[in-house]
Amino acid sequence: MITLDHVSKTYGSGAGAIHALKPTDLHVPQGAIHGVIGLSGAGKSTLIRCVNLLERPTTGRVFVDGEELTALDGAALNRARHRVGMIFQHFNLLSSRTVFANVALPLELMGVAKREIRERVEPLLELTGLSDKRDKYPAELSGGQKQRVAIARALASRPKVLLCDEATSALDPQTTVSILELLQDINRKLGLTILLITHEMEVVKTICHRVGLISAGELVEQADVGDFFTTPATRLGRDFLNAFLELEPPQALVDRLEARPGDNSHPVVRLAFKGDAVSTPLISRLARDCDIDVSILEAKVESIQDRTLGLMIAELIGTPEQTAKALAYLESHDLQVEVLGHVQRDA
Amino acid sequence: MSSAMLELILEATLDTLYMVAVSGVIAAALGVPLGVLLYVTRPGQILAQPLSNRVLGIVTNIGRSIPFIILMVAIIPFTRMLVGSSIGTNAAAVPLTIAAIPFVARLVEGALNEVPPGLVEAAQSMGATPLQIITKVLLPEARGGIITGLTITVVTLISYSAMAGAVGGGGLGDLGIRYGYNRFNPTVMLITVVILVVLVQGFQMLGDYLVRRTDHK
Repeated sequence: MITLDHVSKTYGSGAGAIHALKPTDLHVPQGAIHGVIGLSGAGKSTLIRCVNLLERPTTGRVFVDGEELTALDGAALNRARHRVGMIFQHFNLLSSRTVFANVALPLELMGVAKREIRERVEPLLELTGLSDKRDKYPAELSGGQKQRVAIARALASRPKVLLCDEATSALDPQTTVSILELLQDINRKLGLTILLITHEMEVVKTICHRVGLISAGELVEQADVGDFFTTPATRLGRDFLNAFLELEPPQALVDRLEARPGDNSHPVVRLAFKGDAVSTPLISRLARDCDIDVSILEAKVESIQDRTLGLMIAELIGTPEQTAKALAYLESHDLQVEVLGHVQRDA
Repeated sequence: MSSAMLELILEATLDTLYMVAVSGVIAAALGVPLGVLLYVTRPGQILAQPLSNRVLGIVTNIGRSIPFIILMVAIIPFTRMLVGSSIGTNAAAVPLTIAAIPFVARLVEGALNEVPPGLVEAAQSMGATPLQIITKVLLPEARGGIITGLTITVVTLISYSAMAGAVGGGGLGDLGIRYGYNRFNPTVMLITVVILVVLVQGFQMLGDYLVRRTDHK
């Protein structure tokens, strides 16, 4: 439904040029919810704004619903934009218009007749739960209600695609959940394809099917959400995941960690379990089969949509031969094993 | 005070209102579009025309920088061509209008600048044309600021119209100078000042009321 073919954006030229987006390929199939996550300044906004040509890409081609938008301008581009709705972090509602009139705006722009506008706006207010707010002004609404108006407005032109530019970043966690539920609902009911950018793993975890990780204007990793949360392919992906899971070894342990094994030291490992491994009693088998002790320092189980992810930081206590065997054992059981370092044991 | 004097004061008040109304309406009709043009042709704006924007800006600044009393005298030939005379209320309305157009334009430009850029972007994402952005987004969203600007303009025109009295323009300023100042009649002087104060207060209150009624921020 959305295809970016080598799309890049450069501001300025020569030595002072800023490469906000390096040549990027992206494909979002019909009906998918695709997330792009990255730190601020990574190029997320540029990426999403290239899709509806709010930013015209410096190179590359943009296709939406089979039509090349980059080949259009003027009236043809404006018509094509009717098929691409967009919502924003700060809602961007017109303060001079009521809820009803805000939702009606895109239809007015398209020249839809007054009576038909009414017929199309009312169901949208119902869908977004705003029927009792139709004559209120945005200033009288809460943040979550404003975003609902923005969503209703974005849907008014019956788009095929919805772009969400940090749509929940200005909302509190509870409101975020309700807006995400609404987006999911729309995705299912209307089969709307959604591309969203965010810096919150929670958003990706809750509603996205696929996710891209963007860094310094480059999509460094693209994966199904389940895979991304269990086995991120890049360092940055792991950083995002660890920050999200808040699973970092305790500081007292970090201070004692050494990169190389010593005479009487034990490895500290981070284990990521997924799929069947989560429900298997692996640790007790490990202790038995390899004849070692396992000291669990931290552990956590997360549900990522239909998958379960277990994470653990543990110290393997035994002789070097025993711990080496234990590591091999873990790796052979479809676990992601990362040796964080070694701690010296006081004899 | 004689009834003749009261009649003079009434006539002068109506003259002032006439001058302010004519110049105010024409200046708004020309100044608002000029202000919109100054805004939308800025670099990075929806109809960016950096060169035209510079030229328009310079012309507007020249209009804004000439002292009214000098402008009034300087354009006498133009005024005479336009209304056939260089004295009287019609003649005074010409320089008043000329002075007010760039004034209105800059205030409108400032009001438009207060509209959050995100709203324009949202409208663009909906496929709005530049004209639609102006009529459906920029002007309605800046309505409060524009009304405030027009109120300031009317108040300024009232005080400028009093200055027009100095060159025989008629109105309250003219009356104040001729009867109050030149003939040492402090009562007339006082009355004209009081009427001017009341007019300014009245227009300011009307403007504030309209802003309050249209602003939903």
